[in-house]
Amino acid sequence: MVITVLYYVLSAYIAFIIIWNLIKSKKWQDEILYIIILIPFILRLLRLK
Amino acid sequence: MKKIRIQTIRKSIFLLLGIGIVVCAGVSFFNSRHLKEPVVLSPGITEVKTLGQYFPGIKGSINDSNVYIAEGKRPGGALLILGGTHPEEPAGRLAAWIFAENTLLEQGRLFIILSANRSASTVTRLGGAYPPDYTIPTNWGRQKFRMGDRWSNPLDQWPDPEVYIHFPSHQELAYVDIRNLNRAFPGRPNGTLTEKTCFAITQLIRKENIDIVVDLHEAELQYPVISTIVAHERGQDLAAMASMMISGTEDFQIGMENSPPELHGLSHREIGDHTKAISLLLESPEPMLDACRGRTNRKLLLEGKDSFLVKAYQHGLLFEKIDENGWPIEKRVGRHTSSLLQIAELWTAEHPDKGIIINHIPKYSEVIKNGVGAYLLNPAETSPERLEWE
Repeated sequence: MVITVLYYVLSAYIAFIIIWNLIKSKKWQDEILYIIILIPFILRLLRLK
Repeated sequence: MKKIRIQTIRKSIFLLLGIGIVVCAGVSFFNSRHLKEPVVLSPGITEVKTLGQYFPGIKGSINDSNVYIAEGKRPGGALLILGGTHPEEPAGRLAAWIFAENTLLEQGRLFIILSANRSASTVTRLGGAYPPDYTIPTNWGRQKFRMGDRWSNPLDQWPDPEVYIHFPSHQELAYVDIRNLNRAFPGRPNGTLTEKTCFAITQLIRKENIDIVVDLHEAELQYPVISTIVAHERGQDLAAMASMMISGTEDFQIGMENSPPELHGLSHREIGDHTKAISLLLESPEPMLDACRGRTNRKLLLEGKDSFLVKAYQHGLLFEKIDENGWPIEKRVGRHTSSLLQIAELWTAEHPDKGIIINHIPKYSEVIKNGVGAYLLNPAETSPERLEWE
């Protein structure tokens, strides 16, 4: 249970880093990439997939 | 300044598109996970319990699945049918469904579980693009079922370890199989959700003095263990007799294989080793599970037709035959119903005082003739107290 919670915290942290990179990014190609890789983390944090 | 503004607008548009994808996918995943499947209780079902009543450690969890119990007019033996150990093998669940909605028991007790791993029925294979559900046409409309997966939903058990050490054998198994119900028997009370579920089923077998457990599965045609009964040592005679009788009297062939003593976690091995019950596992062919299949959709799941597999068969690469007629769901479900009836009949002939006499269940030829849907009852015409949900 503790490990599961830690993994959710880890997922939230990675999602935060991706969003931060998205904000800082200047290239549109990178921005699309960040959005795509963000989706599974959001779906997991919302407990949808 | 203008450049920053353009960037902000662009990022906002991308973000909105991303949110749109999350919402669309999320709604689909949510609906799939929460799809309720009706079960119209057969007049023969006398009681409905849950796995949590056999092991409180699982009570209230997603795997606190229903156990449908039919009590015969005369005392006798007890048979447990496990459906949904691997929900992505739908013939197993549907055959068990036919028993839950139609069975009339003359002697003994029948225990039926439709969602042995309900968690696994709420997700499809990650990255596999499987359909989220499928429907069976009936005389009153269409009944929808969750497609499911081989493994418990990661939303219920996560993360997987680097190495999965099976309890109590300490055998090292594939890491992902820590979420595979048929690699976690006999289970343990303080383990993962999947292990706890196995423990609850094992407790049910012990507390209810089950004589025979039959675990219903389907297999890919590239897998050698197919169209067969896998039997624990104590079930070999029964399985061999059933194999001979079915192959001689029905319109299909079924083999018999011994449960490997050194392969742990499987129901046919561990239930036999850790309880007094005879443990058997039935495999019917499911083309959708094959790696060399074509398009993975509902049609393939239910009709079992695939030109790539036919080609593979022509090249001698498969362990079961397939032609342009495929392996429709009626054939696969009918194999299971007939095999179960034959096993119960042979057991009763050998143990009259512990007999299990099951009536009103269609055999192979009847399921093929009438379709699976002919044996699924209309929930709208049933009183609420005779209706359960999976």
